[in-house]
Amino acid sequence: MLRIRGLSKTYRGGDRALDGVDLDVPRGQLMALIGPSGAGKSTLIRCVNRLVEPSAGEIVVDGAPVTGLSSGGLRAARRRMGMIFQEYALVERLTVMENVLSGRLGYVGFWASWLRRFPQADVDEAFRLIERAGLGGMQDKRADELSGGQRQRVGICRALIQDPALLLVDEPTASLDPKTSRQIMRLLVELCEERQLAAIVNIHDVVLAQMFVQRIVGLRAGRIVFDGPPDALTTETLTEIYGEEDWAASSAPEDDDEDDAAAARAAALRLAETAR
Amino acid sequence: MSGAAIRRWRPPPLIANAWLRLAIYCGAALYLALALGTLEVNWARVAEGLVRGWAFVAAFGEPDFTSRWGEISEGMVESLTMTVVSTVLGVALSLPVGLGAARNLAPLPVYLACRGIIAASRSFPEIIIAILFVKMFGFGPLAGMVTLTFATVGFMAKLLAEDLEDIDEAQVEAVRAAGANWAQVMVFAVQPQVLPRFIGLSVYRLDINFRESAVIGIVGAGGIGATLNTSFDRYEFGTSAAILLLIIGIVMIAEYSSGIIRKRLQ
Repeated sequence: MLRIRGLSKTYRGGDRALDGVDLDVPRGQLMALIGPSGAGKSTLIRCVNRLVEPSAGEIVVDGAPVTGLSSGGLRAARRRMGMIFQEYALVERLTVMENVLSGRLGYVGFWASWLRRFPQADVDEAFRLIERAGLGGMQDKRADELSGGQRQRVGICRALIQDPALLLVDEPTASLDPKTSRQIMRLLVELCEERQLAAIVNIHDVVLAQMFVQRIVGLRAGRIVFDGPPDALTTETLTEIYGEEDWAASSAPEDDDEDDAAAARAAALRLAETAR
Repeated sequence: MSGAAIRRWRPPPLIANAWLRLAIYCGAALYLALALGTLEVNWARVAEGLVRGWAFVAAFGEPDFTSRWGEISEGMVESLTMTVVSTVLGVALSLPVGLGAARNLAPLPVYLACRGIIAASRSFPEIIIAILFVKMFGFGPLAGMVTLTFATVGFMAKLLAEDLEDIDEAQVEAVRAAGANWAQVMVFAVQPQVLPRFIGLSVYRLDINFRESAVIGIVGAGGIGATLNTSFDRYEFGTSAAILLLIIGIVMIAEYSSGIIRKRLQ
């Protein structure tokens, strides 16, 4: 489905974000991409639809090369790749329906899009998706009136109405609370299964990723350092990806609370002494 | 109570060196005193002028709308026509110029050309441009209209370009990622972000243009300013007062309604 060979990206100024990445994602697979900030996760998915221009390498989606396309060919290729963003990236002043329909812009002409005269089939599909995402009746609300979770659902609808073969998902839950994060991940998993989509999900929350995906790829300094099923992710591999850290302690937040309480008591004692 | 030493705190001064600080403050005070000393005021002339000034102010108590009403209404209609036409034309022309002057949307040569147009339009006050166009087109509202259109382009294009440079790129990126072309990105991701403020600014410019039309009339560019100037020359302060009151009234109406429109748009 998605085939990446030798993908490298060096930004102007010499930052080497990606360094010879090879990656295959088959149809219907939900793959999580983890790694520390600056490891190149965002650059990798932005190279796939060429929002970031790769420096070297080859990207093939559904048998068709993406690298080396002209601007017209690239727009046609982008229609088959839905993208979901961390801060939702909805057009704030447009309605839910307009935001969802903006996923069809690659298929309609300029005047139709300016005058909002989308084909009836697109409008039907938009209504269906809005209801499927649990936003029934909200089509005329403006995007800036919605909560974070609702906005991300609109973002998902916008990506899906493109009728994509591949989903590129950039930190879908980073701005959401833990419960909404799980709901959004569950929705993504269900939709990918329903439509047999391949998906790359950039995610910081390793535990959340392990709960929902079938495969995890770890990126460090632009190179793939781990590729395997979620349960193969050990503390050693986490250290390799993120660097040294007490991984067992981070899952036990009670300790932190006790430390805080002790620190507060000490501070109170010091204050009392100064006052005397 | 106070075992430990009290630690006082003051905000750090703007100039750290105390001597330099004192020298700069004293220097500024001295310069101000000397500058005031060089002003030459002819008090006899002021006293004489006060009487005439008072006659002018007194005329506001009894503005004369009737004796020159024909000229006043003609000037007003001319001014309003100038205002509306030049605002519409100027706003329409400012769209491509503003778009070209936004560094994030236009290539460098287009950017430099459009910034050049804006700089040319903004570096001269309206009254200087009006004098130039009066020489070119002769007395009358055509010169005024061209002046105001020219000034509107600079004003609107600059503010539009600045708004365009401040847009949220993520929204643009998202629409582009869906396969939209340049024009579709403009109308779907860019236009919604800048349109409300652009309309608000256009209404604001409409009321600036009306005020300016009164000023540039004085140098012969037509409109109510020309009528006002004539009345001054004839010492018909009652008529001048009537014209000024009308201008104030119209500007206040424009100000109030543009406020309402801008509030509605957000």
